[in-house]
Amino acid sequence: MSPIFYLLAVLTLGGGLAAVTLKHLVHCALATTVAFAGLALLFLQLDAQFAGFAQILVYIGAVAILIVFAILLTRGSDLPKEGVFSKTWPVGLVIAAAVFAVLGWAVLQSVHAVPLQTAAPSVTVHDIGVALVGRYVLPLEIVALLLTAATIGAVIVAMHEKERTR
Amino acid sequence: MESPLAGYLLVAALLFAIGLAGALVRRNAILVLIGIELMLNAANLNLIAFWRYGPHPEALTGMMFAIFSIAVAAAEAAVGLGLVISIYRHANTTELDKMNRMKG
Repeated sequence: MSPIFYLLAVLTLGGGLAAVTLKHLVHCALATTVAFAGLALLFLQLDAQFAGFAQILVYIGAVAILIVFAILLTRGSDLPKEGVFSKTWPVGLVIAAAVFAVLGWAVLQSVHAVPLQTAAPSVTVHDIGVALVGRYVLPLEIVALLLTAATIGAVIVAMHEKERTR
Repeated sequence: MESPLAGYLLVAALLFAIGLAGALVRRNAILVLIGIELMLNAANLNLIAFWRYGPHPEALTGMMFAIFSIAVAAAEAAVGLGLVISIYRHANTTELDKMNRMKG
């Protein structure tokens, strides 16, 4: 394991931890962006350049901006009087810790289950493009349809109503 | 740690647990969506790590799975935040504890 991996892991996990623990929603959005950037760098570290840059474009470019817009449109920067954590937060923490314990146990149990591919795969964007319009053309079309439907649906759901029917 | 794959999988598991904890313990609906995004990202990290260290990386299966997962997560974020804005307009709050009515 290289020191770069540990650095990126600390960056990602620190960003994620800050995102769920900080009080102000805007700080949470910024910490989420840090976590997304750390993940993109981890993808690059894993020789998945295309996925890394797609992560930067989609998450840092679009999802983080969407989250900031939602926070500003809902006046989420006001702090609630009752605190930011729900009343049942110990239960949530216990569930999350249990899930991590099971996942970590499973990972550590199966360290030597499969032989690892050590040579870096040489995959170009050309290969990915050919695969996208060849073997994966049906999922590509379905994702295009899904994105169109989701965009229209999000606009319809969030559209301002002219008059109340009540 | 001698296995790089196990390192990436442990980071992904920890990030998933952090996202799950965020989705379960926060009161604000936007923070719950952020937690869900973190969980989806942890799954993507798993997919990419298995693609990198598994057999036949030239088949691009894990990479494609991760790319489609990123696209679906973007659609999910758009719809989820649209719903939060819509609920805010109705109930004037994004606190999940106060959204206790089924009737609009």
